[in-house]
Amino acid sequence: MFKIKNLQISLNKKNILDKIDLSIKDGDTHILMGQNGAGKSTLAQSIMGNPNYLVKGEISFNSHDLLKLDPQQRAALGIFLSFQQILEIPGVKIYDYLKLLYKTSHEKKFTPLKFKEFLKERMAILNFNEEFLTRSLNYGFSGGEKKKMEVLQMLVLEPKLIILDEIDSGLDIDAIQAVAKAVNFLKKEKQSSVLLITHYSRILSFLNIDVVHLLSKGKIIKTGSNDLVTEIEEKGFANFLKA
Amino acid sequence: MKRTNLKKLNDAYADKFGFSMPEKSVLSFDFGLSQKIISDISTSKNEPPWMREFRQKSLQVFRKMKLPSWGPSLAEIDFEQIRYFIKDTDVEKKTWAEVPKEIKDTFDRLGVPQAEREFLAGVKAQYNSEVAYSSLQAELDEQGVIFCSMEEALQKHSDLFKEYFGKLVPAADNKFAALNSAAWSGGSFVYIPPNTHVKRPLQSYFRINAARMGQFERTLIIADEGSSANYVEGCTAPVYSEYSLHAAVVEVFVKKNARFRYTTIQNWSGNIYNLVTKRAKVFKDGVMEWIDGNLGAKTTMKYPSCYLAEEGAYGEMLSIAYAKNNQIQDTGAKMLHLAKNTSSKIIAKSVSLGGGQSNYRGLVYISKAAVDSKSKVECDALILDKDSATCTYPDMKVSGENATMEHEASVSEIEEEKLFYLMSRGLTKTEAMTLLVAGFIEPIVKELPLEYAVELNRLIELEMEGSVG
Repeated sequence: MFKIKNLQISLNKKNILDKIDLSIKDGDTHILMGQNGAGKSTLAQSIMGNPNYLVKGEISFNSHDLLKLDPQQRAALGIFLSFQQILEIPGVKIYDYLKLLYKTSHEKKFTPLKFKEFLKERMAILNFNEEFLTRSLNYGFSGGEKKKMEVLQMLVLEPKLIILDEIDSGLDIDAIQAVAKAVNFLKKEKQSSVLLITHYSRILSFLNIDVVHLLSKGKIIKTGSNDLVTEIEEKGFANFLKA
Repeated sequence: MKRTNLKKLNDAYADKFGFSMPEKSVLSFDFGLSQKIISDISTSKNEPPWMREFRQKSLQVFRKMKLPSWGPSLAEIDFEQIRYFIKDTDVEKKTWAEVPKEIKDTFDRLGVPQAEREFLAGVKAQYNSEVAYSSLQAELDEQGVIFCSMEEALQKHSDLFKEYFGKLVPAADNKFAALNSAAWSGGSFVYIPPNTHVKRPLQSYFRINAARMGQFERTLIIADEGSSANYVEGCTAPVYSEYSLHAAVVEVFVKKNARFRYTTIQNWSGNIYNLVTKRAKVFKDGVMEWIDGNLGAKTTMKYPSCYLAEEGAYGEMLSIAYAKNNQIQDTGAKMLHLAKNTSSKIIAKSVSLGGGQSNYRGLVYISKAAVDSKSKVECDALILDKDSATCTYPDMKVSGENATMEHEASVSEIEEEKLFYLMSRGLTKTEAMTLLVAGFIEPIVKELPLEYAVELNRLIELEMEGSVG
């Protein structure tokens, strides 16, 4: 169970989010929509523990108080965030890096062969070419490649709570399907919960949605079912908010 | 440095690499430098008159010369408190089995690269002042390649030796070259015959194990026309209680169309002054590459140079300086373009932490004769904390027409955003820092033999463990 209660988030003394309440049951998939600047990424970054934000209130995952934990400890609980702004890390070979991630999230002792097979299987889900493994992490990647690399890291870590911050932006339809396949794989295999931040409904047709939230000006103004997405899509954010 | 600080530093070093093997010298001389000591060195090595004379003249030069007026302070070096020659074993060891157990133990604990175990027969290991272990590869013999100690070369290949020795770095070049010329002992001699390609790296291990002992090894390399080879040296040193001095001289001749790469990884303990003169002369269309990693020492001053003497010659320098615990890494390169259409490249990367200081000091000189020459210099410094510093002293003198010069310099810190990104994937701060530092120096590390690259990354991991709060 992931739970947010009366959350207030500010950056450089400027209030960004206020009175946020949100609960995600194990295995559920929630969608967070909202206009640019509504505070969606701020929420995602704060859940992961970005030190730039000042966070008040409660965030807990399986009864662990996340606000007392650093990002690494949050990740160790099984929380994963795919970034919207994906950083390039030159000189860090993807294969070695993924092996390190595997080591932190799986048993410490494993044979290179076992890891290779594991990785091959996960890369196949995303139709990832193996020659990427010798490249530097995200370095010189296209926008789409970066997104897929985020999802590959997710597949290696096998998180219990998956937060995807606009993972579908800039992806072609094949890539969107591959990402949805990866999410569904973990939902099935690991009963993972999902919080998906998006502007578009395209990816949603490949996922089973349980709850949809609409974020506006730092507050969750509406929570509903899949129908809410259709309504927003038809009217557009501005009209929907006016109505 | 105060003794308490030194002790603290040694303790830290002991935790990580931790040991100092007992000194067991068959023959060692008194402290300090005198005509008699120099003469005794000559006698012990049974040297010809010309070398005796060369040493004595060099001693005179050394006495006349002043310490450099620039760069880090060397005032603490007391030349009278140094023992100028120690010979650990009377004869060179012919097989690994004969190497004393304590030396093997030292290599074990240092985690000497696997290459050393696999290619033992090709390894030259220097224990104290002389080559303690030497076993030439049959294939080197077959190819006519000479790879032996300087002492052996002076006796067995005297004409070749005399033709090149001291020709590129004369005694009067600088005070420490003069000191080395007077007191040199040990080091490697390499000769690659024309059109001969040596596939396996020629490896050599240098280390110091006697307190207050100066190590003045001397290396002379001649890559004859159309030949190619790699030379790799790695240095690691155990704990000391007193200052030590390492003043080596390396001379490399790269003949027409030859290609030579000289790779060094040095990790002296934090009390050593590491003052090395390395120079290469590159002939027509020859290629010289220096790869230099300086990780330890109290103060390092080292500026490998290439004299691009004939048309089409190319010189390259890739370096990593790693300054921690108030160390000073004052390193760089010198590229002297003396003929037309010559080119050079310098890539210098440095990491400073724990009050360390890394300086890049370099010279690119394009003479009037060096028309159509090109040079590219890139210096990148990474600073991990507020106590540490970096400086860049690039010097460029261009007189040749139609020269192309590029210079880029950058100073960066570890970005918090990147740390957060990596930590959000379950890495500890130490692991994240290690990755970022390793990623920063990767362009140089990837040029190292695999075993050295692995060792270097492991070393950085150890350092990060100690420095991340």
